[in-house]
Amino acid sequence: MIPEIGHYALINALCLAVILAVLPAWGAWRRNTTAMSLAPGLAVGQLVFVAISFACLAAAFLQDDFTVKVVASNSNSLLPPMYKFSALWGNHEGSLLLWALILCFWTTAVALLSPQLPMQVLSRVLSVMGGIAVGFLSFSLFTSNPFERLLPGSPVDGSDLNPLLQDPGLIIHPPLLYMGYVGFSVAFAFAIAALLGGRLDASWARWSRPWTNVAWAFLTLGIMLGSWWAYYELGWGGWWFWDPVENASFMPWLAGTALIHSLAATEKRGLFKSWTVLLAIFAFSLSLLGTFLVRSGVLTSVHAFATDPARGMFILLFLAIVVGGSLILYALRAPAVSSRVSFAWVSRESLLLFNNVVFLVATLTVLFGTLFPLFMDALGQGKYSVGPPYFNAVFVPLMALLAPFMGLGPVSRWKGDTVARWKGELGISAAVAVVCGLTLPLLGADYNLWVALAALLAAWLVLGLVRDAWYRVRGASSLGSGLRRLTPSYCGMLLAHLGFAACVLGVVATSQYNVERDLKMSPGDSETLAGYTFEFVELAPVRGPNFVADEARFRVTKDNELIATLAPQKRRYLASGSVMTEAAIDAGLFRDLFVAMGEPIGSDGAWAIRLHYKPMVRWMWLGAILMGFGGFATALDKRYRRQRRTATASAQGVLHGA
Amino acid sequence: MNRFCVAALLLMSCFVMPAAAVIETYEFSNEELEQRYQDLSAELRCPKCQNQNIADSNAPIAQDLRKRLYQQLEGGASDGEILDYMVARYGEFVLYRPRFSGATAVLWLAPVLLLLAAIVLALLVLRRRKDSGERTGGELSVAEQQRLHTLLDESESGS
Repeated sequence: MIPEIGHYALINALCLAVILAVLPAWGAWRRNTTAMSLAPGLAVGQLVFVAISFACLAAAFLQDDFTVKVVASNSNSLLPPMYKFSALWGNHEGSLLLWALILCFWTTAVALLSPQLPMQVLSRVLSVMGGIAVGFLSFSLFTSNPFERLLPGSPVDGSDLNPLLQDPGLIIHPPLLYMGYVGFSVAFAFAIAALLGGRLDASWARWSRPWTNVAWAFLTLGIMLGSWWAYYELGWGGWWFWDPVENASFMPWLAGTALIHSLAATEKRGLFKSWTVLLAIFAFSLSLLGTFLVRSGVLTSVHAFATDPARGMFILLFLAIVVGGSLILYALRAPAVSSRVSFAWVSRESLLLFNNVVFLVATLTVLFGTLFPLFMDALGQGKYSVGPPYFNAVFVPLMALLAPFMGLGPVSRWKGDTVARWKGELGISAAVAVVCGLTLPLLGADYNLWVALAALLAAWLVLGLVRDAWYRVRGASSLGSGLRRLTPSYCGMLLAHLGFAACVLGVVATSQYNVERDLKMSPGDSETLAGYTFEFVELAPVRGPNFVADEARFRVTKDNELIATLAPQKRRYLASGSVMTEAAIDAGLFRDLFVAMGEPIGSDGAWAIRLHYKPMVRWMWLGAILMGFGGFATALDKRYRRQRRTATASAQGVLHGA
Repeated sequence: MNRFCVAALLLMSCFVMPAAAVIETYEFSNEELEQRYQDLSAELRCPKCQNQNIADSNAPIAQDLRKRLYQQLEGGASDGEILDYMVARYGEFVLYRPRFSGATAVLWLAPVLLLLAAIVLALLVLRRRKDSGERTGGELSVAEQQRLHTLLDESESGS
């Protein structure tokens, strides 16, 4: 019964979405206040129904209702309850429902948090988001119904959730990632609403900017969690693989990064308006493209797509409508909104433009590299693989090119600046950064040129930021009051840029100084790696709630001092019989020690063991967390609320006048 | 496990195959060979797998390729010879770093061309911004003035 209620609620949600997509937009066009005023209510109703639907599916999972197909194929009665719940989005149908839920959540958030928005604008924004919801809800209902029953002949027990997904990180990773992915739909909706209304001004940028920053922050955290999960759960110590599915989430992030910077120029200076709109369309289209790539099976091979084309065709069609429709609208409307603001070569505007150049090229390169094998295969030009060596070769120089200019950005002035002033402001920083670059790698195992370059660039970024923040804070009566002078959006920028510097340092140091050994070890053996002695103490059988495991117990010592005891496991899951490696990690700010078990070798109790020494690997994720928090911080800025209030006044004026 | 599982994670794709760890314990005659083994096994794609290099895959063919790679390294083959051998047997598909050729030229040149094009575009924008600032300095052009008038007329008749 419960699944049927969920199914019914989902149908209701689709109906509301259709009304939301049509009625308020019509109202905005015909200036029908009644039709427009329905929009927030429709948005809330849509959220309520999708939430009911989601709750019903969650109930089916938690109650082990194996008559429901997705539950039978993705859950098991032995599964711990929290994984039964997260199993909901560990599959195609359920993850689409989560996507729809988050979309409705964003729609409702826009509806409730911006009563200050002019009614026409709000109606158009909500209608566009309703349109997107129509697409996803009908995709869910017509091609991947999560409530499909297996009757008669439902299994006694389910076939279990993939053990890889049975991890706390995986409970929060997909929702965070989707919050980011889907959050770009808000930026997209604002852009389309602005094009429809023909009013692309600074207020438009001010409205959509906090939403975009928050979505970007979620996406940053989501990607970071994914990378972290890959690192500890996959058992290999790798943290980024340039896999097409990873790229699918990385491309919107790159485009989103360009977008939040371009929005800054649009809001502050009324610049690059049509370009910013295009970026907003681009970022969301990449989110949709990612969905298409992952959901259609086209990545597996072009032929897999052809054998079961329903889902793929649906998304492809939806993608074509969204991208095609918005580009046509853009072509019709954008030239009418070009701005006429001037700025000098040496200015913050130029630097933001350069940021956009780099991130756009990075996005397009990742896109091209990801799609290249598909194109070649589809055109019958042979099979090619484009993997990490290619992406690293392209991506690393681009980021290295970005960093020098990125250090200038925060200290530069709008409209016009002078190189002489930059020299005065940053001369000392530059000198200190060079010294850092020359000396910091001496702390590592051997002097490494890449690490030197990374240290130089990171120091350049950090010193520039610190100096700029200091200039803003000093002169205040106390440090506290000085710090209060910094606006949330400035602090957000500060955090995000510091995070980027930490990321650069972490990525380069861990790639260059990483030490990895694959060994045959028996209990009693020990091995020394980067000064740490790993002693294999004993092997013991262990039992978990739904698995049995062999556990290897290691003692790690350095200079005869106990550093950590590590216990990697080799698990066999009872329901599916699949075998999994659980790595053991001793995490530290400056180094991680990592042990994973391979296969038993021979009959004398020896195992294949992987030992890793990974310096500064945490910096990468800490950096990403800083970036994420930076994104959230910017949205707290008072000016968004204050300006909205003035917007209310003028909007009311307009409405009364009309 | 594999790169493909990462895939699963990132968007919860529905076809994940859990796999056991692959840890080979070859004894190399020197450290340089071990390093080259690690580098090459990360750049060679397992021909039968979803999207995995031979270092991470435990498919029989990947084990076989790792063994061949080990034998060839110990036998004194150069990186180029090993890659040629692999391509001869499994095609270009086996290389994660596609070789520069007529077919892949566009792949390798695209980033450079894109960067150049984007920079040229940005420079054009910069020049136009600077010029327009100097020339018109905030004054409206004739066409814009006409547009302003029509807009004003419209709003008057509309209200």
